[in-house]
Amino acid sequence: MKTINIKFIRALCMILALLILAALPAMLTPILVPKYVTVSKEGSLTEEYYAAAKEVGHDVIFIGDCEIYESFVPAVLWEEYGISSYLRGNAQQLVWHSYYMLEDTLRYETPKAVVFNVLALMYGEPQKEAYNRMALDGMEWSSVKAEAIKASMTEEEDFLTYLFPFFRYHSRWSELTREDLTYAFREKPTVSDSGYLMQTAVEPEDLANQPTPSPLLDPNLPETAMGYLDRMTALCKEKGIELILIKAPTNYFRYHWYDEWDAQIVDYAATHGLAYYNFMDEKEAIGLDMSKDTYDAGIHLNVYGAEKLSRYFGAILRDIHEIPDRRSDDAACDVWRSRVITYHARKADMEAQNQKQS
Amino acid sequence: MTLTSFPFLVFAAVTVLVYYLVPKKGQWMVLLTASTLFYGAAGGWYLPFILVTILSTFLIARMIANHAGRDEAYIAAHKAELSKEERKAYKAAGKKKRFRMLVWGLVLNFGILAVLKYTGFTVSVINDVMGLFTESRLDIPSLILPLGISFYTFRSTAYLIDVYRGKARAAGNLGKYALFISFFPAVMQGPICRYNDLAEQLETPHSPEWSNLSAGLLRVLWGMFKKLVVADTLMGAVKTIVSAPEDFGGMYVLLLIILYSAVIYGDFTGGIDITIGLSRMLGLRLTENFNRPFSSRSTAEYWNRWHITMGSWFTDYVFYPLSICNSMQKLTKWSRAHLGKAIGMRFPVYLATLFTWFLTGLWHGASWNFIVWGLLNGVIILVSRELEPLYGKFRKKFPRLTASPFYGGFCCVRTFFLMGAVRILDCYRDVPVTFKAFGSMFYDFSHWGDLLDGSFMDKLGLTLPVWILVGMATVLIFFISRAGKETPVADRLSARPVLWTLACLGLALVVLIFGSYGIGFDAGAFIYTTF
Amino acid sequence: MNELIQILTELHDDVDFANETGLVENGILNSLDIVTLITEINDRFDVQIPAEEIMPENFDSAEALWALITRLDED
Repeated sequence: MKTINIKFIRALCMILALLILAALPAMLTPILVPKYVTVSKEGSLTEEYYAAAKEVGHDVIFIGDCEIYESFVPAVLWEEYGISSYLRGNAQQLVWHSYYMLEDTLRYETPKAVVFNVLALMYGEPQKEAYNRMALDGMEWSSVKAEAIKASMTEEEDFLTYLFPFFRYHSRWSELTREDLTYAFREKPTVSDSGYLMQTAVEPEDLANQPTPSPLLDPNLPETAMGYLDRMTALCKEKGIELILIKAPTNYFRYHWYDEWDAQIVDYAATHGLAYYNFMDEKEAIGLDMSKDTYDAGIHLNVYGAEKLSRYFGAILRDIHEIPDRRSDDAACDVWRSRVITYHARKADMEAQNQKQS
Repeated sequence: MTLTSFPFLVFAAVTVLVYYLVPKKGQWMVLLTASTLFYGAAGGWYLPFILVTILSTFLIARMIANHAGRDEAYIAAHKAELSKEERKAYKAAGKKKRFRMLVWGLVLNFGILAVLKYTGFTVSVINDVMGLFTESRLDIPSLILPLGISFYTFRSTAYLIDVYRGKARAAGNLGKYALFISFFPAVMQGPICRYNDLAEQLETPHSPEWSNLSAGLLRVLWGMFKKLVVADTLMGAVKTIVSAPEDFGGMYVLLLIILYSAVIYGDFTGGIDITIGLSRMLGLRLTENFNRPFSSRSTAEYWNRWHITMGSWFTDYVFYPLSICNSMQKLTKWSRAHLGKAIGMRFPVYLATLFTWFLTGLWHGASWNFIVWGLLNGVIILVSRELEPLYGKFRKKFPRLTASPFYGGFCCVRTFFLMGAVRILDCYRDVPVTFKAFGSMFYDFSHWGDLLDGSFMDKLGLTLPVWILVGMATVLIFFISRAGKETPVADRLSARPVLWTLACLGLALVVLIFGSYGIGFDAGAFIYTTF
Repeated sequence: MNELIQILTELHDDVDFANETGLVENGILNSLDIVTLITEINDRFDVQIPAEEIMPENFDSAEALWALITRLDED
């Protein structure tokens, strides 16, 4: 009897140990992954989309890098034009990120128009591991995510660490903050307004001190980047979505948008029958005042600039691209009413904080 | 696949599972298949080399054994007809023949090792010599170095010599012999098991047993702990110091001696823990390679407790045969006659010692650093041997002091720093840089301030929590290794299943979180600076 | 046998060689001692101790060592 007992205990211990051992990484993940609530908020952008997609359909999806998520305000588009929209942008979201972000979006809804910001076309290769993580960690699992990871990984990266983010973030143990524990097993507050990341600070553009951009070595945009644009164009055509190309109005020397590139995109748009709006030369028409409408000396727009641009572009979407007014749809109205309230509350809150600081 | 990589762990787990699921007769085939896969995965081009070694030593050992058997049978059959002298002559002739076979086998296998591992170094030495006379230089060829070649060459040649000496029976089954040479947990870094210690175990069937599985698994985790939490964490600091010797002299060299000792201890003993632990899970007992080496009181003792299987290989197959061979005995007689008894007695033995240590250094790596390292070890051992009478007098004069634990501790610390100081030769770029760095400890005191104000932590790229972590890990290793003096702690814990479970999970938790693996997290990289 | 003990005592004068049975196991004789010992034995007893006979069993006690010498002498 006693021998059976000890054998049973041993087997139980062995199985228990192996099971917990295998599950340990998954159990520790929630604590160790970055939360992106107060620091590096951009990392939250991708994951916030899914709850929004469940609430209401979006007629316009914006896709691209920071020039998307700092330039357009869906709340304004709704208030002014009744356009239901969402931004799927990320910090340094490269073209292949954008392409898979589009595929991922199509798993949930099919918008009428997709707006793509062309600046990221300047990159033909993965740039920085951290931005891969911020753009992709938040994506829900599907074959699209797997493809996106494979297309984006830098050489030092390992696919396994996307399956088990624990293996990527375990060394954060010495940098854990209260935020990590607070949101380990609890829902995080949303940091964006339908993908728009609000900035209320004002730092005027300093044109006098902006160096001239370095001379362009290759007048053509990288082939790999243009290849993904081709795939985006084809996918939109197949799904009956109108693809609209834009260039945000800011132009900073380090991320300079060269005339040669612009000509190539103008050409591309004409060949594929796409609309292309370069807002860099339309600042006056938009009403942008770069001494007030930027938060970081001209790299990005702040909320005041973004609101102006949204009003301007909203009219184009309504008039030229015939995006419908959904304000007669009660269900949509309910969702958007609360989103608009959140937006204004956040704005007032951040403005108050700014004032306190100054 | 390194021993701590995720693919290796999965591979090992699957192997253990399949090993116990197949019929017992096929267990060795599972291991041979796993070993072949493991070796092939490291590089397909490695396979022909290890195959040549396996085939040549297998066949020659069989030939030697056959000849020996035939000779014995002949003598037994003709015992009555042969005189004692005739028998002796017949035996000697047979031995000579077998010796020739052995030499062929050794020349071939050491030849492969020498060509692949030392051609580059030899050519660079030739170039240096040529540099004294001409401008022209030879191209340094880049040859492939099969995984673990130093280890499997030693394992196979030891087997060959043992068969020749009549200590081991010749293997009958090529597949089983191939497994002995290529056994995957030990193929990369040993231990250099002897045929007699391992071969039979590889052939006998094994059932899953709690004591083996539990103690083995715990030991694997313990090895990962030493390697990932201590060695790999400190490696960055070591690299920082040695890559800029002009910035990190004086106090930093002293720090390097300590840090690199921790790195090499964690890495090597940890790796061997994984090897031995995994083998234990398969029901196999490998030869221990370490016996609490940093508790040694002298260099000679240290080398009996550190990398034991390599040390005993050199003693059994180089030092002994060399120092008692005929020419050495003649040299002894000559030197006694001409140099006086005291020196005459020592001369040949010391020559053999230094030569053995020269080879030991060369075996570790093809560079002057390792040659100097080896010779220094030999010199230290000989010097302390010469000083032994002095120590003896000291012990007689102060019996109470020298018997106290303080004196023992002092000897351990002294040996630790002595060995650590010699060991920094494998870190620095070349020998002169090493000596200069070592010397700077005695005249460059400008860095001690870094130690006092704590700025050394930052300069070496590790934060305070990490230093605390590694410090605590080191203390834990010290106590666990002390506690395992008689019975290893893993075995003691496996007798208490619940405690064992907790130990496993605790270790795994620590390794998973605190281990150094993957891309380190740098919060700065995640802060949005470019787009 | 007495001569053997004398040789051993020349190596280490503080060991009781007549009764100690763990000369190698307990680390009293290291490899350098063993080689010195063999050289001395070969010289005085006119035998040849080959490398393959160097194992703890043959060197752990003076008695075992004496047995080895006798065996080699008879061969």
